[in-house]
Amino acid sequence: MSTGVAKEKSMIIQKEMIAQLSKELSMAKDTGKKVVYTFVPGNISELILSFDMLPVYPEINALQSGMRKKSEGFIRGAEKHGHSEDVCTYVKCDVGMMLAGNIGPNGETVPPPDLLLLSYTGCFTFMKWFETLERLYPGVPVALLHTPYQEAGHITPEMTAYMVKQLKEEVIPKMEKVSGKKYDEEKLKMHLRNSSKVEESIIKIFDSTKNRPSPIDAYFAGVYYIGPINNGFRGTSEAVDYYDELYKEIMVRVQKGLGPITPEGEIEEERFRLVVEGPPNWTHFREFWKLFYDMGAVIVASSYTKVGGVYDMGFRVNPDKPLESLAEYCMNCYTNLNLNQRVDLLSNCITKFHADGFLVNSIKSCNSFSAGQLMIMQQLERKLEIPVGFIESDLVDPRYFSYSNIKNRLESFFQMLEQRKLMVK
Amino acid sequence: MDTPDVIIRKCEELAFDLNFTRAKEWKAQDASRVLVGNMPIYFPRELVHAANGLCVGILGGGDKKLIIKGDAYYQSYICHMPRSIVELVLDGHFEGFDGFIFPSICDVIRNLSGMFQLMGKGTFVKYLDYPQNFSASVSEDFYINELQYVLDQIYAINKVEVTAERLKNSIQLYNKNRSLITELYDIRQQFPWRLTAADVYHIVRAGYVIPVEEHNEILEAMIQHIQVDRGKPVDKIKVMVMGAFCEQPPVGLIKTIEMAGCYIIEDDFLLGARWVQGDIETTSGNPMHDLCMAYLEKSTFSSSVYDVNNPKENRLMELIKKRKVDGIIFAAPSFCDPALLDHPILQKACNDHHVRFISFLYSENTGQFKVIKEQVGTFSDSIKLWDEPVVINNL
Repeated sequence: MSTGVAKEKSMIIQKEMIAQLSKELSMAKDTGKKVVYTFVPGNISELILSFDMLPVYPEINALQSGMRKKSEGFIRGAEKHGHSEDVCTYVKCDVGMMLAGNIGPNGETVPPPDLLLLSYTGCFTFMKWFETLERLYPGVPVALLHTPYQEAGHITPEMTAYMVKQLKEEVIPKMEKVSGKKYDEEKLKMHLRNSSKVEESIIKIFDSTKNRPSPIDAYFAGVYYIGPINNGFRGTSEAVDYYDELYKEIMVRVQKGLGPITPEGEIEEERFRLVVEGPPNWTHFREFWKLFYDMGAVIVASSYTKVGGVYDMGFRVNPDKPLESLAEYCMNCYTNLNLNQRVDLLSNCITKFHADGFLVNSIKSCNSFSAGQLMIMQQLERKLEIPVGFIESDLVDPRYFSYSNIKNRLESFFQMLEQRKLMVK
Repeated sequence: MDTPDVIIRKCEELAFDLNFTRAKEWKAQDASRVLVGNMPIYFPRELVHAANGLCVGILGGGDKKLIIKGDAYYQSYICHMPRSIVELVLDGHFEGFDGFIFPSICDVIRNLSGMFQLMGKGTFVKYLDYPQNFSASVSEDFYINELQYVLDQIYAINKVEVTAERLKNSIQLYNKNRSLITELYDIRQQFPWRLTAADVYHIVRAGYVIPVEEHNEILEAMIQHIQVDRGKPVDKIKVMVMGAFCEQPPVGLIKTIEMAGCYIIEDDFLLGARWVQGDIETTSGNPMHDLCMAYLEKSTFSSSVYDVNNPKENRLMELIKKRKVDGIIFAAPSFCDPALLDHPILQKACNDHHVRFISFLYSENTGQFKVIKEQVGTFSDSIKLWDEPVVINNL
């Protein structure tokens, strides 16, 4: 492991972008900008931005609270308020934060919503979450966008038509009312053109892991790479510039034959290439990552980085069909894919990126990912004869992160991969 | 006519026959008949009936099935019912079933549909996406298309054409079924000692695994029996049990609540059978439209539905008022996100309207009820000794 981490330009750009959005949000009351709460999967930020409104993503607040060690207090606050220990900790973290004054993870007050845009894609709990928020913010209108599940493994014209109707009859009229502005399709198309460019860049960025060594870690660093597109910048020119810069940096790494950057420097020897299924743990993110990079394990693909949109299978937003395109984007998010599609997608990643092993990080809070994961694992093991591993943690509840259990399991998994390599040799 | 005890015993056997013997016998009598398994909560069974099929409710193995293999498919923090369903699959209990329907109620049931697809069970597996937008102009076409998909799948198996007349006839049979179940609950509200809650549970659950015509006969006979007094009134409070709409509570739990000083007057155990409130219209000449409108306009409230314009806490309070219960028992399965995330909302409404409640978790195979009995007993005593009757105003 090389020592010292020089911040790359893209890191600085991202930090500035997020800080700027945070500042805009904290000043929303003064500037009169309307605030829309919505979710990352199926985030139709282009539409929000076309009305000059600002998006807030409660699950991003929750995960950042987790990373900054604030989530436990919020979760306990929500539990005191009647929430069960058994339910999603993102919800409880968000509710707890709101009950404690809605001070965001960066110390700035998160403005209350003017609109709750319940675009629920691939996660039923999102719906329950906004039912709760609707009661906590009485009088705030709810615009519901129901995304049909790809149960048959494809999108039908009826599914798209249903979503477009919802956009036209439910979502857009409510946005017009809240923002006081008319729907401007040209403006939406402009944002979608930016999204389309960004989607191309994202594919190229994550395809770079085909190289040996992989220039990036597609899970632990990957969550930073998907930050801008999932956190307010989908459809913006800033996102286009950020991803162009990031791609350039990665190409330089490829040319120099460099491995991924970690919090402790570059990985000098890539020993294991893994595909990971499931979200990461946020409360012990650094320790969790360290367990991998200390062993020279690099994640070459992960399902979690596709949670805000899957572009691997050819989907790109089409600015010429703006509403249809938003609908299809929502339906194409990872957790809106059926299990067969997930198996195929993961299987392609394992093959395409020459992974040595497949690992599931099963999250207590997230049934959308977790239910069926053991079967996905079984299918991949049978289909590809690849070593599989399984660990458990939670999103933002530190009470469910057991460092030694995870370490033990990972060590066994890496030993298995090592032995397998020797056998193959 | 069979005596009440004979009917109840028969229903108990039917309700927990995990081999679905009666359904399979029914299918064997005609080559064009099909069996379609449906998960909770609601599916318009009329549709399958009209296509010469029988919908069979799949409610898990309860405490009747030892889980060995099913646990290998689910992490410990996922509810119990899907693992017992997988166990039933792996042990061949659904052999002879033609298709499976998974209503959109939560992520676990949704992903279970994918597991059935991966296991290659049935000729078709359908995750049925119910619209969450209750405006007909937005949702009718989509929902009808979802229903038509099911009909097309069955047609591909048995070539039975579903005419408007057939569907209308099926709707009328299920209208009668819903009306009889409502009558059973209404009588019980007034005379809860005439049938126990466990009896009612068995009678209604039997309807999940037999033809509706047979179930209607059972219900008619039972209603006739309880027109006259049987059993003795006991000094118990009247309660509603909420939260058990998917993973079913063990019957022992239902009995425990009643033994601990409560009459269960209202519940959501088998909510699918009572999902549509009132009759489905059959006068439009387009029964698919009628079925669709019944869902959009006559659905009950549930944790799996977000009816933005019709808050569930208000509907719960209306139900309390209608059933004149003394309190609510929130009994939800462990790890059930929909039910448990509703608790703070519903319990706040209870507090606001001075409705007494208690809350506990169970799993379909819970076997120890002592703690629950003490909790429910204390709840019952406290209401009997000190509480004023519930009066709900200003909803």
